[in-house]
Amino acid sequence: MKAFKIVMILTFLVSAFSLQAKIETREFANAQMEEDYASLVLELRCLVCQNQSLSDSNAELAVDMRTKVYKMLSEGKTKAEIADFMVARYGDFVLYRPPVKSSTFLLWFGPLIFIVIAAFIVFSFIRRQSNEKPDIGEQDQKKAHSLLDDK
Amino acid sequence: MARYGLLIGFFILMGVFALVLDRMGSGEYNPRDIPTEFIGKIAPGINVPELYDPSKMVKASDMQGQVWLFNVWGTWCPECWREHKFLNELSKKGIPIVGLNWRDDASEAKKMLDRMGNPFVKIGFDPDSSVAMDWGVYGAPETFVINAEGIVVAKHAGGITPTVWLEKFAKHFQPAQSSTAINNGTL
Repeated sequence: MKAFKIVMILTFLVSAFSLQAKIETREFANAQMEEDYASLVLELRCLVCQNQSLSDSNAELAVDMRTKVYKMLSEGKTKAEIADFMVARYGDFVLYRPPVKSSTFLLWFGPLIFIVIAAFIVFSFIRRQSNEKPDIGEQDQKKAHSLLDDK
Repeated sequence: MARYGLLIGFFILMGVFALVLDRMGSGEYNPRDIPTEFIGKIAPGINVPELYDPSKMVKASDMQGQVWLFNVWGTWCPECWREHKFLNELSKKGIPIVGLNWRDDASEAKKMLDRMGNPFVKIGFDPDSSVAMDWGVYGAPETFVINAEGIVVAKHAGGITPTVWLEKFAKHFQPAQSSTAINNGTL
């Protein structure tokens, strides 16, 4: 049992190291550059694992794109220039916050449109229900009243 | 009556799902497909060393004056093995194909070409995605059609099949080239 525990602990340790090895370390010239890098890799989307940002992804293309971002920052390019570089090649798709324009209109305002439609349906449903008068004859009403009054 | 309405609605929805699934199966509505930014624009450069002769640079401008294919592949990509046979067919029919060996090992790449044939007129070697990024490539295989003026006119992400060739690519080539390529029993 003890041997088993030791093996388990070693396995976990080894796997922890192998995970560590995948994340590349970078040297930054100054704090501003480090900040720009950190925000760019969060803003840019990995094109292989499309629900991950560049910083989340271990896809090989994401690694190369991070390296490219790093290289461009080292060359003194601004954040906007780097974002433009990626958009020119991969389109607005590469941005997690694409600009508002005709092609992205549905993306930005689609949820709002759906909420308006849903609200309209719910509202008209409620109104129809409250407008419906219960169809009860006079006799039945009297009976109901007398039954209720009995109690 | 309301219950029947619900049932009918359900069947209509099912029909729509089936239709979309079917169309997706034939390569449409692919949610992972990223539209290329390059259609109608001048093709980016290539400018990386040749796989077989690293002293020579592969350049897009070398292909000026002819319609050509730019095919991104790697030995690590099973879909690339699948499409390779069809690329061989196309090259036999005189379609010029420039390859980009992406994120690969040069000796592995050469081994694969020795085994499966080499359909490429030249092959750029791109281990660090520099060319791939310039062309907005996000997976392999990906293939571009570049016309005689150096403008990208079509692109396909995924393997080239006779169907893809017919629907997207054939129209950009000389009728003689494109039709013989598909009449040769590859369909």
